[in-house]
Amino acid sequence: MTNALEIEGLTKTYGSGFQALKGIDLNVKQGDFFALLGPNGAGKSTTLGIVSSLVNKTAGKVRVFGYDIDTHLSDAKVNLGVVPQEFNFGQFEKVFDIVTTQAGYYGIPLKEASVSAEKYLRKLGLWDKRNTPARMLSGGMKRRLMIARALVHEPGLLILDEPTAGVDIELRRSMWAFLEEMNREGTTIILTTHYLEEAEALCRNIAIIDHGRIVRHTSKRELLQQLSIETFVLDTDTALDVVPVLHGFEVRLDDEGSLEVDVEKGQGLNGVFIQLEKLGIKVLSMRTKANRLEELFIRMIEENAEETRRAGEGVA
Amino acid sequence: MSGMSSAALFTAFKTIVVKEIRRFTRIWVQTLLPPVITMTLYFIIFGNLIGSRIGQMGGLDYMAFIVPGLIMMSVITNSYANVVSSFFSMKFQRNIEELLVSPVPNWIILAGWVCGGMARGLSIGLIVTVLSLAFTNLTIHNLGIMVTTVFLTSALFSLGGFINAMLATKFDDISIVPTFVLTPLTYLGGVFYSIDLLPDFWRGVSMANPILYMVNGFRYGILGVSDVNPFVSLGMILVFITVLTIIALRMLARGKGIRH
Repeated sequence: MTNALEIEGLTKTYGSGFQALKGIDLNVKQGDFFALLGPNGAGKSTTLGIVSSLVNKTAGKVRVFGYDIDTHLSDAKVNLGVVPQEFNFGQFEKVFDIVTTQAGYYGIPLKEASVSAEKYLRKLGLWDKRNTPARMLSGGMKRRLMIARALVHEPGLLILDEPTAGVDIELRRSMWAFLEEMNREGTTIILTTHYLEEAEALCRNIAIIDHGRIVRHTSKRELLQQLSIETFVLDTDTALDVVPVLHGFEVRLDDEGSLEVDVEKGQGLNGVFIQLEKLGIKVLSMRTKANRLEELFIRMIEENAEETRRAGEGVA
Repeated sequence: MSGMSSAALFTAFKTIVVKEIRRFTRIWVQTLLPPVITMTLYFIIFGNLIGSRIGQMGGLDYMAFIVPGLIMMSVITNSYANVVSSFFSMKFQRNIEELLVSPVPNWIILAGWVCGGMARGLSIGLIVTVLSLAFTNLTIHNLGIMVTTVFLTSALFSLGGFINAMLATKFDDISIVPTFVLTPLTYLGGVFYSIDLLPDFWRGVSMANPILYMVNGFRYGILGVSDVNPFVSLGMILVFITVLTIIALRMLARGKGIRH
């Protein structure tokens, strides 16, 4: 099966001489839910900008569903929907007009476009606002409007650059549910996010980019397996004031009085329960601490920075 | 390169034109009303009050002489203004990205904006023409030349506005050309006088003003009098349109000011 996105040796040097991308290779399979992660200025938006034709590449190849953007740009674009990081619609245009106009740019006649626009505006809870000028919408509604606009031509690949930035938790969860539904229905999704919890909850495969290079490109499962320590949160029957001593484990109390226990890979949890039992502490429930990915991400970025520093010293 | 069918291309073109018309009619107080007021004042002051004392110009009543020039001035100014402000605003608000991510080819983008500019320029030209009928009787000498000249001139200045918008990086940049280039050239382009009145040197200088040819070509279409050959006017406009189209398409292909 053709990949939804293939990137080979992609480089970008801006007019100022800044090299934003230093040879990126990336493959995203059809049907994947993929996260492109990295710190600010790492090259995420430049990469997605090149894929969506907003940035001119310096060198390299980009193919969307097999269509090379150098030779079959139009076909590549038809298969692509883009949700940018910043609001980029006409602030004075009405919601419905924004979505149907976008469909028109893809050559979809107004009658067909109206049906598709209604479908996505309803799904994203914006149908009641269809005659409202975009500037009157809340931040969350504006983000959903950009998603509806990106989907109106039914693309196979949806790219979202920080889709939930500035969105409250409830709305974020509903957007996650919507994106998961789109993915289940066959749309390949690539997102960048600063909320690593989002990538951990949604994505199956992950690439981490830093200083214009891909530092890791693997499945989420494999990535998380690289964690040598996993943190578990244990809710106990009584609130604890003093941290219990568990031999062989790092233990602390979180803000709500729950126990946080660091368990090394292969160590197992039995030792924790046996010791707590002896101390008369009853465990009511247990969960893994979120943001495991965040921990790994920070470590990788630090390692990469260290390697870059060493390489710099070596050259010097 | 383009995988869009002819029907899809036409839909995309129509979408841009409709969007443009929707824009300038939505803000009609800023776009349609001011030229009507300005031109009414021109007709009253220059045509009725001062014109009645001037007598004849180019063998015609002064009011009849200036009407074609004033119509043309409205068409030129508004065609240019529509495209330069609309396209620059799209760049500024970044909603030009809506187009850049879509498969619309550059020539359709250009054609859509030029037609949007023409829609406003020609609408105002028509309004000013109707308005002028309250002050003078217009008889059309050559409909073909009149219509062709006004359509091509509108297209030419829409193209000019498009290039200006692509080059502009701030709002100041979109008012420089209209203020310092278009307005002087229009006023010195034979709108209010026949260049026969000028000394030889200034007559020669005036002949280098492209707007003179457009105003005179249009005046010939309406009144049958002109300082220059109307076919030379049409030829010049066509050459300018060709050159500006090539420049605009090259700028779009390079993504000048719109792609990093």
